[in-house]
Amino acid sequence: MKAVRTAGFYLVAGLFFLWAVFPFYYAVVTSLKTGFAVMTPTLWPHEASFANYVHIFELGFGRNVLNSVIVATLTVLVAGLVSLPAAYALSRVSFRGRSTLLVTMLGATMFPQAAVLSGLFSVIRGLGLYNTWWGLIFSYLLFTVPFTVWVLTAFMRELPQELEEAAIIDGAGPWTIVTRIFLPLLAPAMAATGLLAFIAAWNEFLFALTFTLDNTARTVPVAITVFGGSSSFMPPYGNIMAASVVVSAPLVVLVLVFQRWITSGLTMGAVKG
Amino acid sequence: MAVPEPSPGDARSQGMTLQQRRVVWAWAFMSPVLLALLAVALWPLVTTFLASLTNASISGGDGRFVGLGNFLHHGATGWGGVLASHEWWRSVGNTALFTLVTVGAETIIGMLLALVLSSRLRGSRPLRAAVLIPWAIPTVVSSEIWTWMLQQQGGILNVLMLETHLIRQPIDWLSDPSLMLPAVMMVDIWKTTPFMALLILAGLQTIPRDVYEAARIDGVGPLKTFFRVTLPLVWPAVLVAVIFRMLDALRVFDLIYVMTGAVPQTETMAVYIQSHLVGFGEIGYASAASVVMFLIMALLLVGIIWSGRKRLLGESR
Repeated sequence: MKAVRTAGFYLVAGLFFLWAVFPFYYAVVTSLKTGFAVMTPTLWPHEASFANYVHIFELGFGRNVLNSVIVATLTVLVAGLVSLPAAYALSRVSFRGRSTLLVTMLGATMFPQAAVLSGLFSVIRGLGLYNTWWGLIFSYLLFTVPFTVWVLTAFMRELPQELEEAAIIDGAGPWTIVTRIFLPLLAPAMAATGLLAFIAAWNEFLFALTFTLDNTARTVPVAITVFGGSSSFMPPYGNIMAASVVVSAPLVVLVLVFQRWITSGLTMGAVKG
Repeated sequence: MAVPEPSPGDARSQGMTLQQRRVVWAWAFMSPVLLALLAVALWPLVTTFLASLTNASISGGDGRFVGLGNFLHHGATGWGGVLASHEWWRSVGNTALFTLVTVGAETIIGMLLALVLSSRLRGSRPLRAAVLIPWAIPTVVSSEIWTWMLQQQGGILNVLMLETHLIRQPIDWLSDPSLMLPAVMMVDIWKTTPFMALLILAGLQTIPRDVYEAARIDGVGPLKTFFRVTLPLVWPAVLVAVIFRMLDALRVFDLIYVMTGAVPQTETMAVYIQSHLVGFGEIGYASAASVVMFLIMALLLVGIIWSGRKRLLGESR
């Protein structure tokens, strides 16, 4: 009986494993094929070649990667900088209107981006930020700031009250408390939150599609969708899969390395809230 | 960012108590976030509302005030406007169906996956890492990978199913009108079930082991234990996960834009708005659709937060 249940467990676990891993594995396989081999489906590449990778960078994919790195990094920095003090206020000080602010933050994390698309478009045009990094960073604050505030607030609530009381008795002001006492303790939480915000900005598509025009600011997700028509000689799926692997591989590595932190960041945002 | 700090002496001279001083600080600390949200959320929202009252468009609209005409008007050809548009309500219907099916399936599969992940048998740890992969991959990339795997000619899924004699003819997932929406739903389920599973797993881990021990000693079978013990205890966590996923599914865009484009079978609210704004350049009309979508989401959100406010703010005292 016990053996049957163990076998059942491994069967289900194995199926889940295959289900989760196979599509990305198959993308890697396809990206290593060239010419007509791309269109012949096999479970491993018989003649591996990096031609697709070389080709996408000849098409200017490097610029897209640069755009994505800069936009996502600056978005996370700005969001973190404005969120940290706010999270302190929301988690540690009781003041009138705090519950309303907290609910506003939670509501804003679920804000439908499409609902402000046209307004944001004309605001960005009006500020002269169309087709620039700053236009994207500006619009990405819409979904990163509420998220980072909410998750950091949840993390800060977990820190013991006595820490702060001791600091207040010693005459430390709020700014000192945040930067000298909370920041070091929160480093793992900040890293997890920052990583999640980075992934969100890195993966964003709707704003990147609407607020950019060409490779000046076009980020990776949008670039991948326009690869199809760029070459009529090569089957485009080789290129698309190579580009897909290039953008996903760093995320997959980050997620596997910081698995524990990410899980705690995700669940902090939802369950503990 | 250097902020001058008042020494305790200053405040005493201003006649403020410690608590009052902390409240002033709290608002000062909140102000960057409030300013940011004012700029990136409220300003565009107001702009959208204002644009929805005009006939602004790329092709000849002069931005004249037209009242609520974009929402509903009666003209020579009958009723017009977003609220009278068959296409708009179809996209609302698609969005609702998409949300219902994907979130339902994700909850059930996510529960099963969470139970497997919470097992203490060897192998659940590598699996926990593996299931994060679909979640971490950008949606655009998953859409491209699945579009490629679902091809009628040369798609690996059709090849594998033909070779194992599960099907006789290759299936045309992405052009057969009756299969487009199911295909897109399938990819969403693949991508977001891990998220669901992790949230449920966090709930499962708060259940003390001795509860199961007690059930086992009393001779309760595994199925009964699940429905009578595990499920009731993990239900609050499931509910939160379902709400998060539901609100996320209602704004689906990337997946559908990449896999099928704006076609009647799969068009959702977000796709409809984007194609009318960017594709047709109907700024006023698209803004009106945005406002309707905003109101639908806001109503849902207010309802959810209202019914769950105790739980959401439980810890903030």
